[in-house]
Amino acid sequence: MSEQELDRTIRGILGEYGKLSADADAISETQDLYVLGLASHATVNVVMAIEDELDIEFPDESLTKSTFMTLQTLKATIRPLVVA
Amino acid sequence: MDIAADVAAAHASDVDVRGRFPRETMTALAQAKLLSCYVPLEEGGGGTSLAEVAQSITTIGRECGSSAMVYAMHQSQVACLVLQGRASYLADLRRRLCDEQLLFASATTEIGVGGDVSRSLCAVEDGPDGTFELVKRAPVISYADDADAIFVTARRTPDSPPNDQVLVVCEKQDLILDKVSTWDTLGLRGTCSPGYLLTARAHRNHIFPAEYADISARVMLPVAHILWASAWLGIAEGAAAKARRYVREAARKPKGSTPPGALRLAELDVQLSSFRAHVAQAAHVFDSLDHDAAGATAVGLALDFNLLKVHASEAVVEIVTMALRICGIDAYKLDSPWSLGRHLRDAHSAALMVNNDRILGNAASMELVHKGS
Repeated sequence: MSEQELDRTIRGILGEYGKLSADADAISETQDLYVLGLASHATVNVVMAIEDELDIEFPDESLTKSTFMTLQTLKATIRPLVVA
Repeated sequence: MDIAADVAAAHASDVDVRGRFPRETMTALAQAKLLSCYVPLEEGGGGTSLAEVAQSITTIGRECGSSAMVYAMHQSQVACLVLQGRASYLADLRRRLCDEQLLFASATTEIGVGGDVSRSLCAVEDGPDGTFELVKRAPVISYADDADAIFVTARRTPDSPPNDQVLVVCEKQDLILDKVSTWDTLGLRGTCSPGYLLTARAHRNHIFPAEYADISARVMLPVAHILWASAWLGIAEGAAAKARRYVREAARKPKGSTPPGALRLAELDVQLSSFRAHVAQAAHVFDSLDHDAAGATAVGLALDFNLLKVHASEAVVEIVTMALRICGIDAYKLDSPWSLGRHLRDAHSAALMVNNDRILGNAASMELVHKGS
């Protein structure tokens, strides 16, 4: 999966499930997602959607606040889990 | 002096009957410098572990549930101040906590939001000269009238989303508290938790620099759950102790036969030993964490602390009920040395503060992503 595809997929899921106060396609890599409104329940939905869409599993140790801090940290966690 | 046996026990009934603040116990704790025991030694505190704090809460709880809960709530705020208070005003507040044995309360729930402490309606608003103003409609604030400061959650700014919260220290002189409801409850009557319209004005340096979501995940929620569970464990142990004495007295007459209560006591101890073990393990886990590491916010940990709360709130009612069954009518009477009325009434608060349905709902959500490793 290319970097652009990953980016598009994650932004799409954040847009659909993240309940952010900004357009997920417009946020920067380093904007604080929590400050944008990503709360605990939405995070769970985002995780499930990503796991479903990319056919991956977030390992338990990665389910920390720091993983979901920014688009950048989220992609950094996901990238090694995606095969091809 | 044994604060639990000599002070808490002596006033527990009066605190309960009159629904008054357990002034004597809190004063004794202050005199023993226990209100600052969790502050590190190098800052003038007692340098205790959370496990030791939990143990002291349980000891008090054996004699007086209200005292134990007030003490537990205070220590939960202290933990936030110790572990997340990286700012000079907050460091100074720690010093004053030690020197003056300040008592801290909290206002994390809000009318319109209910028990979801991760959201706020009220917001910190700009005031003149680097100050802020905050107005919060709080459905309950425990011992607000007796606290030296109240730790209040609010949205960071009026434009912030509901979950972007900060924690603000509002000292007595910063506050106007308008009581809007009463606290005439079945149990925990001495926690004095009516509702208030809270208005605060102070310097912005009273605001914790860390975002509340972080403070909550790393400290407030785990510590609150551990220390509340410790208080409830105390209530359970107090009831169990009466049942134990009752059975042993009954065994003396007639000699040689095992009274039926003994088997029930063994059953009770099965529950009590599991309750004790769970609380001790959770406190130990918390003490072993690197509170600043990413791993401290792991979903698995949050789930475990939620489960502790649910287990503890159910166990305390179960154990007190079993003790009541063992002591029988003597415990059912209010005017008897075996009375367990207050224990039972106090125990029933546990599943309601925060409602277990909310806790289990949060846990259910976490179960969807936690793999169980």
